This record gives sequence, structure tokens and C-alpha cells, in this order.
Amino acid sequence: MLDISALLEEIKASPYEETVVRAPHSGSAAFPENLASGTQVNGPSGDFRERPGTLLACIERERNLRAVTCPERGEIVAVHRELHGSFVEAGTELVRLRHFLSRAEVEERILKKALHLFLAPERARYYFTPAQDIKIKTAGPKSVSVRDGEELFIMSRMKRETPLRYSGPEGVLYAVYFSHAADVDTGHPLIGVCPPGLVGQVEDVVARVRTEWKETS
Amino acid sequence: METEKQLQRLNERLAYMRDIFADKDNEQVRQLGAETAGYALRAPDLDARGRRDALLTLEERFVSAEGILEAALTPMDKVRIVRHPQRFCLRDILENVYDGYTEIGSMDEHSIDPAMVIARGYITRRHGKRVTNQSVMIVGHEKGRGEEFRNGGSAKPWGNAKALHYMKVAETENIPVHAFVFTPGSYPIEDTPGAAQQIAANIYGMASLRVPVIAVISEGGSGGAEAVALADRRLMFSHGYYSVISPEGAAAIEGKPGPDGRVSHALVEQCALRMKITAEDNLRMGYVDQIIMEPDLGARPYHYDFFRSLRQELLRVTDEVSISVRGLPLFRALRLRSRHKRAAQGLDFETSYVRWNLPPSAQVRLVNRRHRKFRGLSLQAARDLTPLSRRIADIRREAGWIVYSRFRHDMLQKRRRDVSEYVEEVKSEWTLFFERALAPLHKLAALFGRASGRLSVETVRELTELSEWNDNQEQRGRRWAYISAGAGEDRAVSCPNSGIHGCLDQWAPDLYGEFAGVCPNCGHHFPMEYQWYLHNVFDEGSVVEFAEDVEACNPLDMEGFSAKIAASRQKTGRKSACMVFEARIKDVRLITAMLTGDFRGGTVGAAEGEKFIRAAERAARMRFPFFAYVHGTAGIRIQEGTNGLIQMPRCTMAVRRYIDAGGLYIVCYDTKSYAGPVASFLGCSPYQFGIRSADVGFAGPAVITETTGLPVPPHYHNVYKALARGHIQGIWDRRELRFNLSRALLTMGGRNLYYR
Repeated sequence: MLDISALLEEIKASPYEETVVRAPHSGSAAFPENLASGTQVNGPSGDFRERPGTLLACIERERNLRAVTCPERGEIVAVHRELHGSFVEAGTELVRLRHFLSRAEVEERILKKALHLFLAPERARYYFTPAQDIKIKTAGPKSVSVRDGEELFIMSRMKRETPLRYSGPEGVLYAVYFSHAADVDTGHPLIGVCPPGLVGQVEDVVARVRTEWKETS
Repeated sequence: METEKQLQRLNERLAYMRDIFADKDNEQVRQLGAETAGYALRAPDLDARGRRDALLTLEERFVSAEGILEAALTPMDKVRIVRHPQRFCLRDILENVYDGYTEIGSMDEHSIDPAMVIARGYITRRHGKRVTNQSVMIVGHEKGRGEEFRNGGSAKPWGNAKALHYMKVAETENIPVHAFVFTPGSYPIEDTPGAAQQIAANIYGMASLRVPVIAVISEGGSGGAEAVALADRRLMFSHGYYSVISPEGAAAIEGKPGPDGRVSHALVEQCALRMKITAEDNLRMGYVDQIIMEPDLGARPYHYDFFRSLRQELLRVTDEVSISVRGLPLFRALRLRSRHKRAAQGLDFETSYVRWNLPPSAQVRLVNRRHRKFRGLSLQAARDLTPLSRRIADIRREAGWIVYSRFRHDMLQKRRRDVSEYVEEVKSEWTLFFERALAPLHKLAALFGRASGRLSVETVRELTELSEWNDNQEQRGRRWAYISAGAGEDRAVSCPNSGIHGCLDQWAPDLYGEFAGVCPNCGHHFPMEYQWYLHNVFDEGSVVEFAEDVEACNPLDMEGFSAKIAASRQKTGRKSACMVFEARIKDVRLITAMLTGDFRGGTVGAAEGEKFIRAAERAARMRFPFFAYVHGTAGIRIQEGTNGLIQMPRCTMAVRRYIDAGGLYIVCYDTKSYAGPVASFLGCSPYQFGIRSADVGFAGPAVITETTGLPVPPHYHNVYKALARGHIQGIWDRRELRFNLSRALLTMGGRNLYYR
């Protein structure tokens, strides 16, 4: 059985993700002067993520200057300044940054490990079957237990509705990842199912994450 | 109690003055403030009579101070006056000018657009013993007083659509329209029907509205005003303003905003002054016909004399418009003259009755007069340096075309059609007779197994095989007649969609040469010079420019603008942002107006408008299709003020005349096309197309966010979005423009069917 507390401790010991930013193509690399280890950098921002992240490097190839921007928020760990002004191949490591996990990300990580995710087989709209839907609406998803082969969803595609059976281990419906009347892409999780004995433990850990996890600014 | 109310009213007048002269240290306002405060302190010690006397003195002091302040009003002060919540609004006019009214389709915030109010009103006139209620359709912006839901009179597209709908209702009912303009500008959203497209539809519709239209302008902000102000007579309140852009907007463009994003008050004042936005300026330039005088410092709801004079003016002007198109010309002139004389002698228009409904012949005259009136506007604002010899030659050539067109299309074509119909009938009868006569022979031939005719191999192939993509036909086999200057550079270019579609960098000579500026992976269109289109879309050597000596100038003498125009002239080698020419596409002749983005961002001023109108008129005379290619336009040229703004109705009316005469008008947008031109003479076309990757809209994302407070998603103005919203009718690949345009000309017009 999965030891969720150990998983949390493991995340606590290393509360970040390291991202390596590589040269998208060959060319002459240049780094901004103020970029150094420890510099805080931002990822894309704006309501539509339309503003690019912090400039990390520029690569010039055939008189075409191309900016390499930061993909996510974090702190610079290493800048390969020795490459400044020299020719780099595509895929050469330019910058390494550390992205500190937020509370939501930790929670998501734990749930991904602890829960069995049932994925959408096709891009479509999904609904629970009427009987399950009433249960979920009145008593919440955790009141529903699911078992392999149970008819749980209605898949609606181009106004044609097809029943969909759950396949996976038996358990409690812990999380619902789709919303009413919204399209879900193929492979996107629909529900997270928790083994019956783990529900209490998962809830405890999630509560601990919510109260104890300190987010870096 | 009465004195307290009186004091409260004086305090409101004082607050109004303080607001109007907000950023100025005005001596008169300060003194009045001190005197009012002094009275408030003294009042408890005074008896009733003493208070009344003191208040009377104070009121006289207010009147005198208002007179002094009125003389010192600057244009920006007037802008503050029209925006002030104490200024009268449309509801005050409805209450005080008309004898009765029924609001249509709105009740406060319960309306499709509370900024636009429509009402059916009537004015009662007594002549002798008869009493007549004369109906009128009232259309106007309602700013309200502190009513946030009215958006300060910024009408949304559906508000403008409602206005147009009821103007057409007025046309059906044959009653005049009174339009009141109280708007800082249109609400800039692209949601269907779209701000630009709806304004264009309004202007296009109003251009030929067959009832008298009287517009009265208080706050005439740009396209929002034009959406309801195309009128036979345009009146303006003495404290109103009518402008292409707000002074703040002009200052933001002219000067650099500070760190807080604002420009200095001094620059805003200067812009308001230079743009010549006041009633006097607009009357002098001819864009309004008359000024309605307001009391000192602008009319407020309690100025009942003002409403009386407004009522008299509306009666007089509506009568005049009706008289000027009714009856025989001689009687019209006599009647108008006598009316003018009697008006000067103080005729009360309430007691003089004139019919406002027009017979069909008068309706035609009315529309023609309106078109003539707008055609004659702003001619002084552009410089026409065409030599006399060429002007004479042009006149002779065009006269020749008129005669030729009349002969060919009106006389010959009709006869030919009659003859060809007759010949076709005879031919079909003859064929039937012939087939019957030869039927026995055919049967014999079939018996002997001889086929009456064999199909060629090529025809069989054409009939039996699937058609294949013909690169030679659609994309000239990628052998371009003009190669962009970008192809001369030895460098790579990244596609902006490389992050999404993984497009590889392209070598500039390939991209701008063979690929015609189109990413071979995702189809993104990089901007190209207008010369590329000139050489690759039209038949080689067929482009013949005309009106090339009409040049953009600086009609308002804006400081530094002449130098900017000269610099653009030098940079581009052109005299304006509009190029008009005759050309051919696959031997189909057409007239084209091209707005080039290189010259002042493709902005439209008086010169560009004049050239566009001449092009539409030439297309009508020569009975050619009319094509508007928009290489790029940032809108109306703000430095020309109302001289530029008036091009919206002027050019749209020219297009309307052309289309009504049976012409085929096609518009194609490239790169970026925004604001006034799209909201008028471009947006009114029934056939609008966009080149891939182009942006089409009313206002840019920053303006939308600033005005509406809503975030604007990326690619909000992209042609695909415009197509989905129903603003344009199709998207064309740049490389296939020649092919598509040629096909459009043939399918929409037919080779000789440009005129119905």
C-alpha cells in the first residue's frame, strides 16, 4: 500500500522541480547581464498567458535573433555564461532553474500518486449517469463508490450520447476533474478513485499540505 | 426654506463652475466661493427679508460672473461642460421640447442598450383654429445623470442597430427623424454585429433615408456620433464639441504619456484648441449648419428658455428641409425666402404649419440634396495640384465615358438584350424543328453502329478524372512579377507561430521571394509591401493611376504636422495614403482604391477621402467594378480633426451611390485595418474579404481594455474571428488573391454584368 506520509516527506525534502532550458536551435548564444544564480524569474503571465516570461537568453542564427524566455516561475540555479557569445548546438543546456512547488501542485502530485485516474477515452462532453449524478449532487462525490465495469458516465459527442463504463480498481470517488457541458480532451482525467482504506489518510495529508505548506513568494 | 433652496442651487452652480475650471486657479470662481461662504455665515443673523435681499445680490453676482467666465471659456472647458452631470441630457429635451413622447424599447436600465434612446414624439402646432400633432422619430444618446449603466452615452453595436431600425421605421411612416448626439464615442466591442460594422451599416442606411433627418450635436465623439448624425441639417449646441477623437486621446497620441500613463493638462488643452472642435470651428469649416445658442456656461435642465429656443429651431429647420424639396423649384425658393424674412421678424413657428411627410418625388430630391451637400464638404482640406491641362483632359475623357456608357449600357445593351432574347427563341425553335427533321437519319446511323460524334481524349479525361490543384492557375506558378525587398537580405526569419506549430525558421530570400511572405508550414502571412500586390494581382502594365496630385496637407495647421507629412511623402514617394487607379485582372477592367499603410499608417484624411470618392464616381461612370484594397489603415487621421472625420459619411455616401446604381464593390483587408474607415466606407461593402493573418476591427486591444475594463484575448481581431462574427465574408490567401478576385468578379458580377 502507498505510504502517503512518506510521499509528503519526500516532497518536503525536495520541494521543487528543476527545469532545464535548452537552446531551441543552433546559433550564437547571449545572456542578459542581470541573470545570475539566485535571480527570481517569472513564467508567462496575463489573463491569457499572452505576456512571455523573463528573458533568459537570446540565440542568433543567420542574423535572426530569437528570445528564449522562462517557461515557469522560479529561481535560477545555473546560467551557463561560459557559452555567452559562442556557437551552441540545438539542445545545449543554457539555464537551469528551480521551480518551487505551490500548495496546489503538491496536492496534485500526491493525489496523482494516491488516486487511480480514469481518463477520457475521446474528446467529448461527459456527464454522470442520472442515479450517480443525484448522489454526487446531494452528498458529494465521496459518497459514491465505484467498481470495475459499472456504468458511470454518459459520453456526449455531437449530440449523440453513449454510456461509458468505469474500468479500474474499486474505490471511492475522491475527485471529479470535469465540469458540466465542457469539452474534455482525450486522455484528460475524468475522476480520481481512492482505494477505500486510504480515504482518511489522503484527506489528512491534503489537510496537512493546506495548512503546513509554505509557498515561496 | 425657500432661501435655503436658493442657497443650495447657488452652491450647485458654484460646484459646476469649479468643475468646469477644475485645473485653473480662477479669480471669479474663488471670489464667488468666498462670497457664498460669507453669506452662509451671515445668514443666521439676518431676518427673512435680509436673507432674501442678500441672496438676490449674490445671484446677480453669479449671473455677472458667469458672463465674465463665458467669455474666457477654452475648448477644453467646453469639453468639461458637455461631460458634466449637470448638463441637460436627452431626457430633458424629450420632456421640454416635445409635447408628448413614447419611449420605445427601453425603461432605464431595462433596454438592449440604455445608452441609446428611441422615442416617438410629437409637436403640437396651432394654425388658425386647427391643432395638428406632428410626429417625429427621436433617436439619441442618453448619458443620464450618474447612471453608470448608460456608459456615458457610448452606444453599443446593438444600440446603434436599434437606432437604424427605427430610422427605417420612420422612413416607412414618412415622418422626420430628430437625432441627438451626446456621445464620447462608440462602445468599442467586436461582438456581433460589431462596433465598426454597425456604424458602417448606420451610415450606409442613413445616406439614403427618404425622410428629413435633423441632427443636433452636444458631444459628438468620432464614429459614435457619425452613427446617428448623417443628416440633412446638422445643428450644434454652442457649448458642444464635435471631434474625431477626445482631446485626451489626441494628447496621448501627440505627446508621450508620463509614468502614470497620463499626459499633461497643458497638452490636452492645446490639443483641444488645435483640433478645432468647438461649434464655431465646425460651423466655419462647414460641418455643421447652425449653432444653437446656450446660456452662459452651458445649458442645464432648469434653463427653460433654452429648451423653448431649441424647439423653435427644430421646427424651423425641419420645416425648411421639407419645404426645400417639395413642390416646384420656383415656389420652393420663394417660400423659403419668405419664411426667412418672417423668421427674422420673429415668426412663431408653433403657429405656422408645414407638412413633414414627403411625396416620392420630394424624397428623391431630398436624398440627392443630402448627397450633394456631403460631396461638397472638406474640399478645402485637401490640396489638388493637378495641372489644368490634365484636368481638362480628364474632364473630356470622363465626358466621353459618360456618353459611351450611356450608349453602350443604357441604349445598346438594352436593345441587344431584346434582340438576343428574340434570336435565342428563334434558334431554339429552329433546333427543335431541325432535330425532328433529322431524327430518321440519326436512327439509321445508330443502326449501322456509327457514333454520331466521338469525344476527344482530353474531354473524356476532364469528365472522368478528378480535378487537381492547379498551382499555375491559382498562384501564378509562384513566378512573382515583384519580389519584396525583404528577399534581398541574407538572414533567417522566425514564424510567430513557431511555438505552437513548430515552424522552422525560413531564409528571407525564400520566404519573401518564392513563398510570397507566407510561412510554408502554418500559412502565417508576413506583411508585404503594397507594391507586391500592385504587380502580382493586376495584369502586367495595366495599372494607370489617376488623381495622383491630390495631396494630404495640414488643414488645421497642427504644429509639426506639416513636417511629418513631408517626411512621409519623402519616405514613400506618395502624396497621400490612398492610391486610386484603373487596372485589369485577366482582362476584366476595374477601378481600385488602395489604402497604403506606409503613409502615416494608412490613415484617412481629406485627400484620401476625396480620392476614394473620385474612384467610386469614376467606377460608376465607367461601369466598372470597384475594388478597395486595404494594405493597412489605422483609422481617420486625427491631426485633420473633423476634416478627417467627415470622410466617413462622405465616402460611404459615394459607395452608396455606386452600389445603388448597380455597381459591384469588393473590399479586401490586409495587415491591420481599424477604426473610422472600417466603420464606414469599407465596412459597408456586402463583400468584404480578409487576407490571412490580417486584423480587422474598430479599436485596438489597449483602447478596448481601457474603455470597457475587459481583458482582450490574443488574436481578438484576427480575420478568422472577424469571419466567425460575420464581419467579413471570406479569407483569402495572399498568393491566390489574383485568382480569387478574378473569380469573385466573374461570379458576383459576371464579365459584363457589373451593372444591373
